[in-house]
Amino acid sequence: MKAKTAILTSALCLGMALPAAANRVFVSNEKGNDVTVLDSDTLEVIGTYPVGARPRGITISPDGKELYVCTSDDDLVRVFDPQTMQELHTLPSGPDPELFVLHPSGNPLYIANEDDNLVTVVDTKTHKVLAEIPVGVEPEGMGVSPDGKVVINTSETTNMAHFINTETYEIFGNVLVDSRPRFAQYNDQGTKLYVSAEIGGTVSVIHPENQTIEKKISFEIPGVLPEAIQPVGIRITKDGKKVYVALGPANRVAVINGETDEVEDYLLVGQRVWQMAFTPDEKYLFTTNGNSNDVSVIDVASDKVIKSVPVGQQPWGVVVAPN
Amino acid sequence: MLRRIIILMAGMAAGLPAAAQDAPAAAGQKPASVVHAAVLRVDRPTLPPISRLDTRPADLGFAGARLAIGDNDTTGRFMGQDFDAQEITATPETAAAEMDKLLAQGVPFIVVLADDATTLQLADQAGDRALLFNAHARGDNLRGTDCRANTIHTAPSQAMLTDALAQFLMWKKWPKWFLIAGSHPDDIALAEAYRRSATKFGAKIVETRTYEDTGGSRRSDSGYVQVQQQMPVFTQSAPEHDVVIAADENGVFADWLPYETWDARPVAGSAGLVPHAWSPTLEAWGALQFQNRFEKLAGRPMRDDDYQTWVALRMLGEAATRTQSTDAAKLRDFMLSDKFEVAGFKGQKLTIRDWDHQLRQPILLSTAAVTASVSPQDQYLHQTSALDTLGIDRPETQCKF
Repeated sequence: MKAKTAILTSALCLGMALPAAANRVFVSNEKGNDVTVLDSDTLEVIGTYPVGARPRGITISPDGKELYVCTSDDDLVRVFDPQTMQELHTLPSGPDPELFVLHPSGNPLYIANEDDNLVTVVDTKTHKVLAEIPVGVEPEGMGVSPDGKVVINTSETTNMAHFINTETYEIFGNVLVDSRPRFAQYNDQGTKLYVSAEIGGTVSVIHPENQTIEKKISFEIPGVLPEAIQPVGIRITKDGKKVYVALGPANRVAVINGETDEVEDYLLVGQRVWQMAFTPDEKYLFTTNGNSNDVSVIDVASDKVIKSVPVGQQPWGVVVAPN
Repeated sequence: MLRRIIILMAGMAAGLPAAAQDAPAAAGQKPASVVHAAVLRVDRPTLPPISRLDTRPADLGFAGARLAIGDNDTTGRFMGQDFDAQEITATPETAAAEMDKLLAQGVPFIVVLADDATTLQLADQAGDRALLFNAHARGDNLRGTDCRANTIHTAPSQAMLTDALAQFLMWKKWPKWFLIAGSHPDDIALAEAYRRSATKFGAKIVETRTYEDTGGSRRSDSGYVQVQQQMPVFTQSAPEHDVVIAADENGVFADWLPYETWDARPVAGSAGLVPHAWSPTLEAWGALQFQNRFEKLAGRPMRDDDYQTWVALRMLGEAATRTQSTDAAKLRDFMLSDKFEVAGFKGQKLTIRDWDHQLRQPILLSTAAVTASVSPQDQYLHQTSALDTLGIDRPETQCKF
């Protein structure tokens, strides 16, 4: 019932608001067991939909037709129709799926199984498990190279970024980073890999070719205890020039120059900022704020936080539909 | 098609030299070098606890060790390192002999779960032959006048625990404390720690009352019938107070205090709101996954001794990863250097105080159901680390190595 009303509202909004630029923004609410959907144009909530137990990682197929949600406590990835939010099917994920990344082609899906020290590779078409790759303790962050040849997994207790060959499923490199690596993100040029370390308080910039750390970015915010600065989510503009890092309980997003890898600004957002997503035109960046139960909207051109939108309980992940 | 790929010794990209440093591998065997450790738990016979929920599990501490060794070995696969920890149970009478055996085997790292006096004896017995991790004893003297250079304390001290609670009570504006202490030496020491914390943070202990352990049954069929009569009377006529603080290291009376006090006051300390190194109620900072992994392995919730043992062995694993070595002297030097840090699911890195070898760590303030707060409280600042507002700080230490 709730869903129906919401769709009508959304249709209305779309009808009235002009250009086709509006995209749906999907926010997983870890404690609410649901997904809040926003309109990227009006920045209003379209609706909230139940999705299963403890939803965390969330992503969408390149054609915008399938929304994937890690429902960690169901030990499944659930797949939804992004328009209707009806469940289409599930994918076997292995136990406790937390974060995942899609191959740039849309298939397969690489899933970090936090409780079992595995990365599970699932075919999104046949719904079959293709491989289980043993990695370090508490795998979490998942990144994929722009050419799709390498998948990165970070293991939080082992403190490594594991380089996985997507053809052979073999680990061909391990880079030791600082404590509790949470997230791995390539720039679109494929020239740099950024890995955040939550407890270490740093972001390592890794050269993907020779797998060495080129630089470690650290953060300092006046009036914020150093212990509260805990880098988690990372997003990079398509031109590779601006890198955004969510700093967790510091309640800030750092803006980093993607050429010099120097911090240029800190943007005040909601509490315990976790993951982020751009709109396809990179006009906005959305951040999930787990402790204040809202989403902050950053205007990318001006680097200003323009709005916060209340969502569900403990928002964790966010993805924006490509169309 | 399901492919499970086990990759042994993928080798560090940073150019880790071939791993075998001290283990000449037989042909066909995994050429991993091994870090040997042991967990020595010294059990003293005690009465059953007041609550059946607190019954001592047979694998107390050891279960934490097993999780840590599993974690270390998983990481070790990528490093060419292997870890093991013998599990030894002793009595106060056999502890020295068991320690001798370990020293004779040349085990360089020994986690000790024992009372204050036994921990000190074992440290002196080991001398420079092994590095000890104290994963149980809370006595401040072990970090002060009786400190030993060969001991790292992963268990928080009494002063850290009482400071953690004191900060919270002061934040609550509950500065008037009615202190009820047991009659055992460690209860008296704990009461002294509360007095010190009260002075440090500006609280006032309005009265200290001693609850004598007369050796009776703590739990019986009619337990509450008696207690319901006795506890109100015992707590009667105290000066005006905000909170009752129980100092009961041996579980003699504290659990009977909440709801049975004469005045309607909350209870904290050894019952009610309890300062802990670990609590199975913690969910933040990835703790939920950690609790899940432990409970899957042990079939029960994690206790302080399990956590303190886990941290000790994880410190070894972390040192081995960072130094890319399994050499005992190297690991020891690295752990005691200012470069060392370890993650422990408490929201910030854990490091070692160089003046007494105490592990800095946040303290959880937990009830049976939730972690109500975590100290240090944000309002207490410190020039080097907010964690040093808990326990004995550098300028006041009496430790001389």
